[in-house]
Amino acid sequence: MTAILANIGRNVKDGLSGAGRGVVLLRAIVFATRQFWKMRGEILEQMHVVLVGSMPLVIVTSVFVGAVTAVQAVYQMQAYVPMKFLGTVISKSVFIELGPVLMALVVGSRLCAFYAAELGTMKVTEQLDAMCIMAIDPVSYLAMPRFWAAVLMIPVVTIFCDVIAIVGGYLASVVTLDVSSGTFIEGLRMFYKHSDLLGGLIKSVVFGGIIAMSGIYYGFNTKGGAEGVGRATMTAVVGSCLSVLVADYLLALVLFQIIFEK
Amino acid sequence: MGAQFDIPALPGQRVADPAAFQGVVVEGVSKSFGAKVVLNGTDLLIPKGETLVIIGRSGEGKSVLLKHIVRLLEPDSGRIWVEGQEISRLGIRHLMRLRRRFGFLFQGAALFDSMDVCHNVGLMLKEHTDWTDERMRERACECLSLVGLDGAADKLPSELSGGMKKRAGLARAIVMEPEYILYDEPTTGLDPITGDAINELIIKLRQELGVTSIVVTHDMPSAFKIADRMAMLSSGKIVFTGTVDEVRQTDHPMVRQFIEGNSQGPLGAF
Ligand SMILES: Nc1ncnc2c1ncn2[C@@H]1O[C@H](COP(=O)(O)OP(=O)(O)OP(=O)(O)O)[C@@H](O)[C@H]1O
Ligand SMILES: [Mg+2]
Repeated sequence: MTAILANIGRNVKDGLSGAGRGVVLLRAIVFATRQFWKMRGEILEQMHVVLVGSMPLVIVTSVFVGAVTAVQAVYQMQAYVPMKFLGTVISKSVFIELGPVLMALVVGSRLCAFYAAELGTMKVTEQLDAMCIMAIDPVSYLAMPRFWAAVLMIPVVTIFCDVIAIVGGYLASVVTLDVSSGTFIEGLRMFYKHSDLLGGLIKSVVFGGIIAMSGIYYGFNTKGGAEGVGRATMTAVVGSCLSVLVADYLLALVLFQIIFEK
Repeated sequence: MGAQFDIPALPGQRVADPAAFQGVVVEGVSKSFGAKVVLNGTDLLIPKGETLVIIGRSGEGKSVLLKHIVRLLEPDSGRIWVEGQEISRLGIRHLMRLRRRFGFLFQGAALFDSMDVCHNVGLMLKEHTDWTDERMRERACECLSLVGLDGAADKLPSELSGGMKKRAGLARAIVMEPEYILYDEPTTGLDPITGDAINELIIKLRQELGVTSIVVTHDMPSAFKIADRMAMLSSGKIVFTGTVDEVRQTDHPMVRQFIEGNSQGPLGAF
């Protein structure tokens, strides 16, 4: 019993000290943002990794997300809700929830694993130490460009997802579900609010930060060899996904219950 | 690990006022990883301009000691001064400024594997000077030819052999003409001829630029050739220091056993 309590205590303590070091890292990254212009080349390169590298994944995911939402919506609405609301249902669920969250989970995991494995390997092969010796701060040189690339590009990826998912939903509805094109578009327009789109994008900015921080933090704190890199990558991806889901709930409360309420 | 002799630190390895000492002072540094004690009150003096060779069994903590001198590792207790500055007290900015005066050759070279050799060598120039790209490349190639790697500038580290990586790491360490160079096994993995060329380079750097060097090596011919002084690390302490001649003539049992490469003696075989 005491062993279990001690174990829980240790885990809580580790968790808190980890969170503390995470905050320190975040502060260092924000501080290093002074070098944004100097590091623009590296930032652009990292943005390229996020956007171009993820595109096939984004397209496939988004098309099917839109299509599945259409099928599910038609099934649930059936005779009770007029089909003119189909476009509304699809667009709202994609803009507010599915686009930001799925992109943070799918593209985010890809990115987070990439960051954690790359930086973790650099850590265990002493490349980070070498950088320190050369009086180059790994936070400015490695962490800051990756952080901003994720924060800036995850929302862009989300916009792509939003658009492609609507197209996917439209095609599924018109081609396979006997909904007329006019009905779909009418529904799309009817209850459209800028705040839905904006709320989703604000969420994805925060998710981008969470994804980057998780990958960078676990990468920088990798210990051991190949196994350590594997463990760091795994922990980073799991941590990023869970944090995204929790943050999604909290942001939904703040954004759609308080800020965009009126 | 060798047998656990409890030999007190040598009196000659302490100075009354480390803040006034020109060079590096390591005073009573202890470091453990978990339950494993690696350094246990290590004292060492490296006067400016000197080449000090550190010898000791594999796993005794020589690399760990080197990393303490540039504060890649923080001691559990004890202090380190570089030219009168206690490095554990330096703020990040001063530490960075101090580190620019150091070159460090890692035991595993630690080249950046996403950059080609030329960019590896030139990275410090790119970050700390406002030189043009051509000038940086020129300097990088100059350093590469000093270590016998002409023509390897555009290769990636993964395309180099072990000894070539080591030499590229050495080129990277000397590119900013540092005042202090810490070499972790500079000649390990090199053929005897290349190894001797590296010895000559280390000697030349000291003679021409007055570089202070700390060299960790297992290569005894190289050690005798480049050293002004040698120090032996055993059980976390410096158990012997002396000039090359003193080392040759000493009857200190551990040093004798080590330089003769004898598996019988106070250090034990395993
Ligand atoms: N980061 C670390 N975590 C845990 N233990 C470590 C770490 N670094 C070094 N050690 C331990 O410290 C001891 C000394 O290591 P070090 O690399 O300094 O040996 P060395 O004297 O350089 O040996 P070699 O001549 O083989 O390079 C080893 O027993 C090693 O297990
Ligand atoms: Mg070593």
